[in-house]
Amino acid sequence: MSFYSPVRTNAAEAASDEKLHLFTYVEDPEQHTVKRYEEHGGYTAWKKVLADMKPEEVIEKVKNSGLRGRGGAGFPTGVKWGFVPKDSPKPRYLCCNADESEPGTCKDRVLMERDPHGVIEGMAIGSYAIGCHLMFIYIRGEFGHCIDRMEQARKEAYEAGHLGKNIYGSGYDLDLIIHTGGGAYICGEETALLNSLEGEKGLSRIRPPFPAVEGLYASPTIVNNVESLAAVPHIINRGAEWYKKLGTEKSAGTKIFSLSGHVKQPGNYEVELGFSLKKLIYDEHYGGGILGDKKLKGVIPGGASTPFLTPDMIDIGLDYESLVEQSSMLGSGAIIVFHEDTCIVWVILKLIHFFRHESCGKCTPCREGTGWLEQIIRRIEAGEGRKGDLETIEDLCGNILGRTICPLGDAAVMPIQSALRLYREEWEYHIENKKCQVKSHYPFK
Amino acid sequence: MILSEASVKLMAEKAEQYPRRKSAILPALTIAYRQVGYLDDAVYKEISRAIKVPYVEIAEAATFYTMFPKKPVGKYLIQVCHNISCALMGADSLIEYLEEKLGIEKGETTPDKLFTLISVECLGSCATAPMMQINQDFYENLTPEKVDQILDELRAKA
Repeated sequence: MSFYSPVRTNAAEAASDEKLHLFTYVEDPEQHTVKRYEEHGGYTAWKKVLADMKPEEVIEKVKNSGLRGRGGAGFPTGVKWGFVPKDSPKPRYLCCNADESEPGTCKDRVLMERDPHGVIEGMAIGSYAIGCHLMFIYIRGEFGHCIDRMEQARKEAYEAGHLGKNIYGSGYDLDLIIHTGGGAYICGEETALLNSLEGEKGLSRIRPPFPAVEGLYASPTIVNNVESLAAVPHIINRGAEWYKKLGTEKSAGTKIFSLSGHVKQPGNYEVELGFSLKKLIYDEHYGGGILGDKKLKGVIPGGASTPFLTPDMIDIGLDYESLVEQSSMLGSGAIIVFHEDTCIVWVILKLIHFFRHESCGKCTPCREGTGWLEQIIRRIEAGEGRKGDLETIEDLCGNILGRTICPLGDAAVMPIQSALRLYREEWEYHIENKKCQVKSHYPFK
Repeated sequence: MILSEASVKLMAEKAEQYPRRKSAILPALTIAYRQVGYLDDAVYKEISRAIKVPYVEIAEAATFYTMFPKKPVGKYLIQVCHNISCALMGADSLIEYLEEKLGIEKGETTPDKLFTLISVECLGSCATAPMMQINQDFYENLTPEKVDQILDELRAKA
């Protein structure tokens, strides 16, 4: 059996645990075909929706399931759908956000590559719920294999009558466009995504108006993450109550966590929300412990834009609320682990370099601030730190946080602020001694 | 003509799908990039004719998106992810190894125009790090042996 990406998953567990549903078939090499997808019960939810359900019933069901956005913000999906104005004379659009580019995140890629019809079916149901007849999937341009897979799945879905005109004789028409991006992280932000989809530069837009009211082509538009939409057919088939019981009271359902960095078994793991972070890192079925049995130094729990956790903070459940209690965020579920031989200034330099590169340049605090931050942090890392640098960094962070149109500015500074708070001594050591406390240099083997 | 007939056809079809043709700019750039390997003014002009969108709008969008090289690169464009998950798994060493193997610095092209080496931001292969993208293909869980093998195979193919 060979897949495009050799990434490890817990599909075997998902196949035997009825609570897990996103990864049930991801190790089946034929699951990407419409035939196999149908054999596994695919498109039954879409049929059921078109035959028996009113759009508002679909929205109600998804609201009751407690499903929240899996792209990072965690906003309730059904509530978002409910924001589309009922009386608008304009067409409505649904965009699936597949511009997966938050460092550490590699989950949507697996879903698109190995179970593309699950994504299409979720998109179709979401489209029906909001009265959309033309839906888009915005895939990051580097994912050539996902683009090809989705194009093939689209073709097969049309041929099998799941998309197109008068679907299953219901009178409902629905078309799908596979859109490809150009490698810009900012286009994962929904308003920048819409600009990009219109053929513009990917600059974010001021809200309000929110996309649900005025989005693509100034029409009501819903943007949902791949993983959120992939969960929807299961909610329709098995019920809102079933889904609501998974996970914790406020964080319902399952989530795919991308585990990377210094663990023995990096991979994508679907678990119920509230699953122990410690277990995910150390259990032999998941991360299997720290590489070389070294001591854990820290964890970035939700992608490069989320505040760090120190080892004493990891005995927590992976759900939206528990992470907030630790002053961090669940984000996109990208857990990046680093061990004791890691210089914290070096980690932050990698991150700020990324955010400076990806800042779209529209807002001054983010455009200029990320550049200054990188310069100062690069200087400290190179052993040329000066007294007062940390205060300057804090001042810059404070002048970016909350002062930009989109969350990229916040995303850039939150990990820095947390690293200064949690590892301050190491920063001070770096500046005083003109060198790293521990040198980060890893061979690849 | 730089663009092949197949590429032009694909772009034109794409433009027909959208409510507004301008939306087809990025997909058209991607199609051109996949065929040509880079984008420049001459390519923008051909895209403009293929999707019937003014040249200036295509150039404006293209210059924003860093995925597309804006000048000719080697036959094989090697893009190593240098972001955090890959860096923790030795991406910096991988880049050094490639520089040594290819006899060039990051950002350069080999004299035989076969390889261009650059490093890029996260490519979404974080749990299979370190990794590199060569043209359209991802190479993951890299080791020195794998890199040797990949380079040998590409040289043999060229």
